[in-house]
Amino acid sequence: MKTKKKFAGKSQMILVLRLYVAGQTPKSLAAISNLKKICSEHFEAKCKIEVIDLLKKPALARDHQIIAIPTLVRSLPIPICKIIGDLSDTERVLVGLDLRKLKTKPKPKS
Amino acid sequence: MPLHGVPFMPGKKAAPVRTLLPIRKSPTGIRGLDEISGGGLPKGRTTIVCGGPGCGKTMLGIEFLVRGALEYNEPGVLMAFEETPQDIAQNVASLGFDIQDLSDKKKLFLDYVAVEPSEIQETGEYDLEGLFIRLGNAVETVGAKRVMFDTPESLFSSFSNPAMLRSEFRRLFRWLKDHDLTAVITAEKGENTLTRYGLEEYVSDCVISLDHRVKDQISARRLRIVKYRGTKHGADEYPFLIDEQGMSILPLSSLQLQHEVSDERVSSGFPDLDQMLEGQGYYRGTSILVTGTAGSGKTSVSAAFIDAACRRGERCLFIDFEESRDQVARNMKSIGLNLNRWAGNGLLTHEAWRPTQFGIEMHLLRIHKLIEEHKPQCVVIDPITNLMHGSGDKEVYSMMMRLMDFLKNSGITAIFVSLTAGGSKLESSTVGVSSLADTWILLRDIESDGERNRCIYVLKSRGMAHSNQLREFVITAKGIKLIPPYIGPGGVLTGTSRINQEAKEKFAALQRDFEISRKQREVSRKRRALEAQAASLQAELVTVDREAEDLTRENKKRAQQAHVDQAGLAKSRGAN
Repeated sequence: MKTKKKFAGKSQMILVLRLYVAGQTPKSLAAISNLKKICSEHFEAKCKIEVIDLLKKPALARDHQIIAIPTLVRSLPIPICKIIGDLSDTERVLVGLDLRKLKTKPKPKS
Repeated sequence: MPLHGVPFMPGKKAAPVRTLLPIRKSPTGIRGLDEISGGGLPKGRTTIVCGGPGCGKTMLGIEFLVRGALEYNEPGVLMAFEETPQDIAQNVASLGFDIQDLSDKKKLFLDYVAVEPSEIQETGEYDLEGLFIRLGNAVETVGAKRVMFDTPESLFSSFSNPAMLRSEFRRLFRWLKDHDLTAVITAEKGENTLTRYGLEEYVSDCVISLDHRVKDQISARRLRIVKYRGTKHGADEYPFLIDEQGMSILPLSSLQLQHEVSDERVSSGFPDLDQMLEGQGYYRGTSILVTGTAGSGKTSVSAAFIDAACRRGERCLFIDFEESRDQVARNMKSIGLNLNRWAGNGLLTHEAWRPTQFGIEMHLLRIHKLIEEHKPQCVVIDPITNLMHGSGDKEVYSMMMRLMDFLKNSGITAIFVSLTAGGSKLESSTVGVSSLADTWILLRDIESDGERNRCIYVLKSRGMAHSNQLREFVITAKGIKLIPPYIGPGGVLTGTSRINQEAKEKFAALQRDFEISRKQREVSRKRRALEAQAASLQAELVTVDREAEDLTRENKKRAQQAHVDQAGLAKSRGAN
């Protein structure tokens, strides 16, 4: 992945997120916008988002073990974790991505 | 079986008949299942296969896919939710299915749907579109006609929103129907429901329930078609077997008494017994019961039958629950029957296994399979009493009835050997099948004068005027021989006492002969004496007669002389 190389070594906290959607369904669109919002609010520069439309690349659904749509996968840092749903609950997204620390840490700095 | 074919019209002639399309079926290729389901699973519909753990749900589904791909040219997709494709491939390799090969040839598509509940966080709404995309892609890749889902209900433990799952399942079933896919879905049995999460509520075209129960430490698998919409199907519980050839269900098909009968007769293997059966032997295609106590020669009688059948060039099957093949062959050689010869040229198939190996249904299923494989004309089962281990009388009776029915329908002449336990009534066959058998040969021992002798009699034989005699038989190095019956004042005599009696009779006969010839001699002597006497009297008579003649002649002479003398005298006197 290009994203990995790009960020490798630059910072200790790299976040690579993949969002799997299926076409332009309301749930998918909501998930995309929710994710963008969360990223920009909480960890802007360190985050790389990749949106994968499974209707266009159906084989990836099997390769990446995707069942539910939309699914957000944190592929970096490891371990990989998955969040399903339209990401409307920000708190849970952050917990799911195991990023609560990220959110709290930058606060005293800013 | 056009159950939904032409509607019945009470009138004379049904004018334009609107033909209703019956349910299309997708043959499974699984032995027996197509028979009881009337041709297979509903095509373009979804079938649920439910049952407890280890009952063979996955086997059924995979065999449906594999046979579809191999025999019916219908590629399939396997969506596995519980096992990885590698595991599944290994599991079914023992059945001779090479899933990997089929997958390489694009006849089968394997997709392992891994759901790790611990990895997943739920935030907001979602659906299972990913699953649909995968399925759609898989179906497209191989051009699938058949789909199998191996326990998709496990999704319920992975996702916290059952309402969403239910609606997605409903959508899935509709999707399958829209794509005209014949699907099999396996599901775990629930407490009081067929499936744990009530999937059958959504799919109610066909539900098959599998069961694996253990009775007296012997396991038995059963299959039942709980429902099959729009078609006639067998509703019983059918025993089934999973072995190296896959699944087979015992086709307990028609229990109807409609088999065709034959007038042809087959030899029992020894002419003397044939003689007791109108001189011609058994009817072809009948069931013969041979009962007897231990060591009364049941196996020998059966082996003689087999030997005779093989001599005629017929295929035979010998199923043994007591002795191994080699042992029977050796023992029968001692009475002049060379069974190895027939086994060598393929006419005779001799199978032996322990009766305790499985339950009665499994035995019969195995017998069924052997018969289907070898297509014999004559079958011997030795002994059926051993099948009873671990099964109730009623069960055995019903299974025996099914087996006999099957054999009769196939036109197979069968000998069932039954051991009568010592002390029990001879005429009672423990399995209660005597009423089912057409011919009943009873072997018994008669014990007297310090020895045991074998006797045979035909207790019944339907459709022929059979002998009613109790005959002694001996097993010699040249085979079985019946001995002419001897019925003495105290009943039938056998063995040494018969020989004794015969010797006594012979002696008496000799004595009688001697007496008669002596008397004859005496009479002839007397006659000769009388004859001699008669001859001497005759001679005396002749002498007396002669004397009388002489006297008469002398007298005449004298009278003549006197007359001559008188004339001379008168002349001399000068008279006249």
